Amino acid sequence: MSVELTINTRSYTVDVPSDTPLLWVLRDLIGLTGTKYGCGIAQCGACTVHVGGVAVRSCITAVGDVTKPVTTIEGLDAEGNHPVQRAWREERVPQCGYCQAGQIMQAAALLAEIKNPSDQQISDAMAGNICRCGCYQRILSGVRAASRGV
Amino acid sequence: MTMNALRTSSAPCVKIENVSRRQFLRSTAGLAAFALAVEISSLEPSLAYETGAAQMPHGVVTDPHVFVSIDSSGIVSITAHRSEMGTGIRTSLPMVVADELEADWSRVRIVQALADEPRYGNQDTDGSRSMRHFFQPMRQVGAAMRQMLEHAAAERWGVYLSEVQATNHEVIHRRTGRKLGYGELASAAMDLATPPMDSLKFKSDDAFRYIGYGNVQIYDLFDITIGRAQYGYDVRLPGMKYAVIARPPVVGGRIKSFDATDALKIPGVEKVLELKVSWEPPAAFSPLGGIAVVATNTWAAIKGREALKLDWEAGENSGYDSAAYRLQMAEVANRPGRVERNQGDFDRAFAAASKILSAEYYVPHLAQASMEPLVATAIIRNGECEVWAPLQSPFGAREALAKLLDFPIERVKVNVTLLGGGFGRKCQSDFAQEAVLLAKALDGAPVKVAWTREDDLHHSFYHTVTYSRLDAGVDSSGNVIAWRHRSVAPTLFANFKPDPKREQAVELGLGLADVALDIPNVRVETGEAAALTRIGWFRSVNNIPHAFAVQSFIAEIARALRKDPKDFLLEIIGPPRRLELEKLGVTDPLWNYGDPYSTYPIDTGRLANVVNLAASRANWGSPLPKGSGLGIAVHRSFLSYVATVVEVSVDGRGKLIIPRVETAIDCGFAVNPERIRSQIEGAAVMGLSNFIGEISFAKGRAEQSNFDSYPVARIDNAPINVRVHIVPNGSDVPPGGVGEPGVPPFLPALCNAIFAATGKRIRSLPAGDQIRV
Repeated sequence: MSVELTINTRSYTVDVPSDTPLLWVLRDLIGLTGTKYGCGIAQCGACTVHVGGVAVRSCITAVGDVTKPVTTIEGLDAEGNHPVQRAWREERVPQCGYCQAGQIMQAAALLAEIKNPSDQQISDAMAGNICRCGCYQRILSGVRAASRGV
Repeated sequence: MTMNALRTSSAPCVKIENVSRRQFLRSTAGLAAFALAVEISSLEPSLAYETGAAQMPHGVVTDPHVFVSIDSSGIVSITAHRSEMGTGIRTSLPMVVADELEADWSRVRIVQALADEPRYGNQDTDGSRSMRHFFQPMRQVGAAMRQMLEHAAAERWGVYLSEVQATNHEVIHRRTGRKLGYGELASAAMDLATPPMDSLKFKSDDAFRYIGYGNVQIYDLFDITIGRAQYGYDVRLPGMKYAVIARPPVVGGRIKSFDATDALKIPGVEKVLELKVSWEPPAAFSPLGGIAVVATNTWAAIKGREALKLDWEAGENSGYDSAAYRLQMAEVANRPGRVERNQGDFDRAFAAASKILSAEYYVPHLAQASMEPLVATAIIRNGECEVWAPLQSPFGAREALAKLLDFPIERVKVNVTLLGGGFGRKCQSDFAQEAVLLAKALDGAPVKVAWTREDDLHHSFYHTVTYSRLDAGVDSSGNVIAWRHRSVAPTLFANFKPDPKREQAVELGLGLADVALDIPNVRVETGEAAALTRIGWFRSVNNIPHAFAVQSFIAEIARALRKDPKDFLLEIIGPPRRLELEKLGVTDPLWNYGDPYSTYPIDTGRLANVVNLAASRANWGSPLPKGSGLGIAVHRSFLSYVATVVEVSVDGRGKLIIPRVETAIDCGFAVNPERIRSQIEGAAVMGLSNFIGEISFAKGRAEQSNFDSYPVARIDNAPINVRVHIVPNGSDVPPGGVGEPGVPPFLPALCNAIFAATGKRIRSLPAGDQIRV
């Protein structure tokens, strides 16, 4: 079926079964590969994007259910300078970097909701995002730094 | 210092002088250029030391023409020939080149090498050896290119070479202050022949701008934060097909029959193909074969695979049941094994001991589970094959692909993408071989073979499984006089030869027979254990179970003798010395991570030093609240020394909390301390994952499918206060490994801390219901 989507303020029409996960539409059909596959069952958070400003796991989000604008890592900030992106560079968070788009999108959604989260709130919000390299302590310091507006 | 004349293509006017540090200071003191002179004076010959780099396939290449290219605008392109999987090596090695080259990092670009070992030297990014083996060679590359630029400038000006100095992206004529930028000199410099090694001058440590500082961020950092970094999974080619493969669930299994009717009805599914491979042990990195579903996108391929009707012939390993196998291993560990180290007379000392202590430890199979599952893209057209994949061993893969296709190797091109983690799994090339087989069947269409997380956990080359039994005899004065370690584990060498069914020399060198113990009678034995699934590399490999057993047991003995665990650990390590293994009853040469003991001895002084450093930073001995405890462990691996102190507490609901970790590392010269810290921070997190995860087998099948059944550490249970203490060394202390050695001491330090906090001794992993994590 034909599905209309707004992604990073651009409009797209894709022809796929409506139960196709948003993740694969973004990656394979539209070519926005910044959003990553990690598990396919909402266990790792690598595929996190914003739908209507809310962080969702695109691997279990049927494209047919997406009615609000989608923001991916590529569209988080036109210059790549969202406070979370800046903080990630400042704190040198990434190692391999593969999970970081999901981490950044999750953190950005948290900060949109809670401007100055406590460490407990950061931990709760980020616990769905796995980093196998083990960057967690810098993810924590990155979110803290972003909330201070580095 | 002697300097031979530079062998150059043409430079009759250039006179080579012998410039020593003192001479130069004398001759330039008082001149306006004195500030520069300090820089120049710091050029000294490198203290060369021998590594095993030359023994690796295709050894080492140090030709600056191969690694460095400078364009007329002054942009310096440096080739990274090792794979980037998160250690930062793709940045750190070019950084070494840039520093010796006196290049301004902001004008450096990094180029990822194709798989081409004859051109670049060895590319196997494993064994924590990239910096170990290529620190010196990359310094040579940089120093040579710097001297070529100086030479070109001297020639241009018609002055003595000794009068010019390369500094920060330009060459300066000291007497006149004239300057030429690297861009202006590029073409003339690059036309020069490579100066011989013994003519090279190297910077002294105090002249480094980047080496040793950690002031260079990883090259891909910005791209990573905006989603532009290109991993294997992100490869897209015009007309590319997407494939997933249903593989035999048991290693060695085969398809009996399949029905693709329903799969072909899934929108987007185009083809279903049988991937035929001849799978006879030893299979090395052969793909497993199976049924491939080819589609227009990944999701369609996944749905298509779900719709396949498959009938498998289970194969010879279908009896593998890891719970039952554990019992067998325990039996083996309780019988005499093959003696691998026989120091003194264990039996006599053990019989004479007044106190006997014994313990058994178990570490299960683990899966690497890098966040980017395996993936490879291939195209074959007109007798040429091109592949894009996240490979730790790109040239090994290229050789395997050429053999598989029966193509001359020149007709196989392998591009190395960024790796979304590797941890040893991407050393194998099975996934790239699958892509090539499919590309061949698809007749010119590019195809990406994508592994799902389920594929990743079901078809790994797993971390081995290890059952250990340790026995110690203590005399009436409380001295440990006898130590026996029996280790039972399938070997990864079963991939390469008829299964030897016990740990091999390489594995014995991974913290088993090479352990530093100041005990007069030591025996290390191995027991028989067949590999009933594929065993492979997993970050730090057998060091994990070996360190877990040894360092837990030392703490258990300390407890029995009512000694402080840290003091007793130092007592067991003994006085500063270099182990001479042949005098310790090790008859067959052990593997020292591929490097000579002369350069990288087992140095108990350095081992004890990191224990003291970690303990002091942890305020070892200070009182802690009830329910809290500290544990300590130390381990030498990959030629580095790491001690870790873990603090744990248990909350009111019995849940484990890790408030802090203090890790001391002596990795020789710390080339990029910032990335060393990140590796050690991550090692603690992976250490916790190793505490909670298990791949178990039933009827030959891995039982875990995804992160819901194979838990890994998350931000809400991982150590997130890891403090890293790097032992300062000069560049004359050869760099040790960094990527792996942080992992082994974490598990025993954690379990020792849990014991200190709760009185509960965890000897068998995963933690399961022994403690809530």
